Amino acid sequence: MSDPKIEGYVFKPGFKGMADDTGSDQTMFKGVHWGKAMMWIFLLSDTFIFSCFLISYMKGRGSTIIDWPNPSEVFGLHVFGVDVPLLLIAIMTFVLITSSGTMALAVKYGYEKNRKMCGWLILATAIGGLTFVGMQAFEWSKLIHEGVRPWENPFGAPQFGSFFFMITGFHGTHVSIGVIFLFIYAYKTFKGHYDEGKRGWFTTMKGDYVEIEILGLYWHFVDLVWVFIFAFFYLW
Amino acid sequence: MSEEFNDNKTIQAQSSESISGGGSGAANDIDYVRPAEVGEQDLYHGHSFISKWVFCQDAKVIGVQYFLLATFTGIIGLILSWLMRLQLGFPELAGFMTAEHYYQFVTMHGMIMVVYFLTALFLGGFGNFLIPLMVGARDMVFPYLNMVSFWMFFIAVGVLLASFFVPGGPTGSGWTLYPPQAILEGTPGSGWGIMLMCISLILFVAGFTMGGLNYLITVLQARTRGMTLMRMPLTVWGIFTATVLAMLAFPALLVGALMMSLDNLLGTSFFMPTILKAGEVLEYGGGSPILFQHLFWFFGHPEVYIVALPAFGIVSDLISVHSRKNIFGYRMMVWAIVGIGALSFFVWAHHMYVSGMNPWFGFFFATTTLIIAVPTAMKVYNWILTLWRGNIRLNTVMLWCLGFIVTFVNGGITGIFLGNVTVDVPLSDTYFVIAHFHMVMGIAPLMVIMGAVYHWFPLVAGRMLDEGLGKWHFWITFLGAYSIYFPMHYLGFIGVPRRYFEMYDSPYMTSAVGMNEFISIAAFIVGAAQFILFYNIIKTLKVGKPSGHNPWKACSLEWLTPSVPPEHGNWGDKLPIVHRWAYDYSVPGAKEDFITQITPPSEVANTEVEKT
Repeated sequence: MSDPKIEGYVFKPGFKGMADDTGSDQTMFKGVHWGKAMMWIFLLSDTFIFSCFLISYMKGRGSTIIDWPNPSEVFGLHVFGVDVPLLLIAIMTFVLITSSGTMALAVKYGYEKNRKMCGWLILATAIGGLTFVGMQAFEWSKLIHEGVRPWENPFGAPQFGSFFFMITGFHGTHVSIGVIFLFIYAYKTFKGHYDEGKRGWFTTMKGDYVEIEILGLYWHFVDLVWVFIFAFFYLW
Repeated sequence: MSEEFNDNKTIQAQSSESISGGGSGAANDIDYVRPAEVGEQDLYHGHSFISKWVFCQDAKVIGVQYFLLATFTGIIGLILSWLMRLQLGFPELAGFMTAEHYYQFVTMHGMIMVVYFLTALFLGGFGNFLIPLMVGARDMVFPYLNMVSFWMFFIAVGVLLASFFVPGGPTGSGWTLYPPQAILEGTPGSGWGIMLMCISLILFVAGFTMGGLNYLITVLQARTRGMTLMRMPLTVWGIFTATVLAMLAFPALLVGALMMSLDNLLGTSFFMPTILKAGEVLEYGGGSPILFQHLFWFFGHPEVYIVALPAFGIVSDLISVHSRKNIFGYRMMVWAIVGIGALSFFVWAHHMYVSGMNPWFGFFFATTTLIIAVPTAMKVYNWILTLWRGNIRLNTVMLWCLGFIVTFVNGGITGIFLGNVTVDVPLSDTYFVIAHFHMVMGIAPLMVIMGAVYHWFPLVAGRMLDEGLGKWHFWITFLGAYSIYFPMHYLGFIGVPRRYFEMYDSPYMTSAVGMNEFISIAAFIVGAAQFILFYNIIKTLKVGKPSGHNPWKACSLEWLTPSVPPEHGNWGDKLPIVHRWAYDYSVPGAKEDFITQITPPSEVANTEVEKT
């Protein structure tokens, strides 16, 4: 069931059409590959995880009695003799958002069966993600050198260190898992596994370019979550 | 590798025959079912023992695996409850047990029964076995992930049980694992025990997510032709909605468990306020213990319905089949399930009335809590109206269903007591609470599980369980459960607190001691009675009466497979085509008292079937 095509089914417009499709037999989301629907629901569940993290962070930050450190100082970089606030984060965010763009292009070229272009763009996405993780590692080590620990923080409330390392760590794990899959998918694309429908190593399912779109959904989600973390941690 | 897949054969069978929907001539019009939207699923067929029975990708085998492992874990929970009852009823016989042991048993009993037994059994066990069969799919949409789900559960159980053997033993902080005491010295298992508990829960959530995605997408995207959402059996609706709840509620548990392990391992203070211990200030400070309670109960309350909704769904089907009547108010039942599921996310703080939160919060959560009583009562009325004037077969399955209704109403009514802040405050942390939640989410769902086992065992094994033993099993369990939990309401009213190792020289002693002995004896008997079922199963597997096809004369798809028990792929060459809902029992004008879901309308042209 890898190639959903609906013959003899007329899509009706508007709310009535949506209700008809939803209540009809076989599939709820017409023409949507099951894997895509599955990824969306997983992402919904993951959204709840990150929401719990961020709400806990807000609660922790709101109820601490020691002052919260000033993010533009803590996350600032000293380059060429000037203090630039949020410089590294700006670059990280830019890289991650750009990688979302290359991912979207990879999906497009994948569906056009442009194997080479698709492969290179996935590779570019993977390298973007890797750069992000690298910069995050740099930021972590900088903060650790300055004495910030999960359990203590020379700049103010110790919860700052706790929440920062936990939430960026959890997000960084998501990015790293995505990078690993991107490299695997780039390999599979270059090898032509999606063109010939070669079966997966573990899943024994036939390869299809829709898998790239599914991974793309995950990747965009990880970027979107980063935007929220960025807003709540660095701009608040 | 390619010979392990059956795709060529089945795709042809599907496409050559599917467009007209079967039948011929004039019958074509009324028998029309829309053509297939999705191609055939290619399944991996295992050949070796390992790929067929151990790392198996067949949802039915995975369901049985879940069932067996959850039952095994449940027996451990049962033994722990025996030990607790021994201490409470006959402390002089339980000299080997210290207060620390008792707290550990309380904790492990609670967590095992709620998460590793009931949740895994309903969703992992019944969900895996029944969803593909009931919606007419060959398997779950992603069988490999489904297999990994079970083995994650296996590891989670392993980690949980390993905590019995680590230094300090399992955690003794109560199943709610409240910080700060859960990770402070003085609480049993504050080091290793709580760590392993958190890790085990994280593994369980990860494993469950894999399975849950499968259940949801199989229901949403892989139904057979003609199976609209409003033709699905209520069992599927119950399991589906419960899985949605689980996918949205378990994240809070995961986050809570993760933050707690960091507090324990790295010395962060997410949940830890400034603490004075023997005059010294501990390293912790600035955290919020109430935050954990919110996270825990945002998971914990939907968890109640994760257990209850599959039970509601299953019992609806069992009552309908065994009283030979369609379920009363099918659509109402569906919307009640969905509505209860949605409401269950807005009631969590009714577990926290005494936590010191803002009283307005309590007001809000009391209101939402009582609103849940409306759809729940609708369901109870509908079950009773289904029975009313039905052709009731008073067999073991029906007995369990009736037992469920009574027990559930009982537990639901005490829930209304506890949902009100003013009534809850004096009753909080007494045996009244114990009695309430054991009735409503312990015994009641368990009765459904038992009914479901007697009902679907022929489908799993092809043999009928023994009715006589089943009735003994039912009556001992039913009367025994009431002997256990009815007196507990009274204990709660006189103020006996829960989780106490012993009552010391308090005034409770005089009036509570005899009752505690009685409860304990009943608990030993009820626990032992469960082994009647295991004996029944073993006996049936050897000498049971063969069931043949569709022994209960049910309408729903799971009984209509070409072979009983169904093989991998469920449906042979051709997927079933569904023409109606699963409840056409005793239709006026029909030759038999049931019309299956796959009977085309042209065969039952002169009957007054429901339009579904």
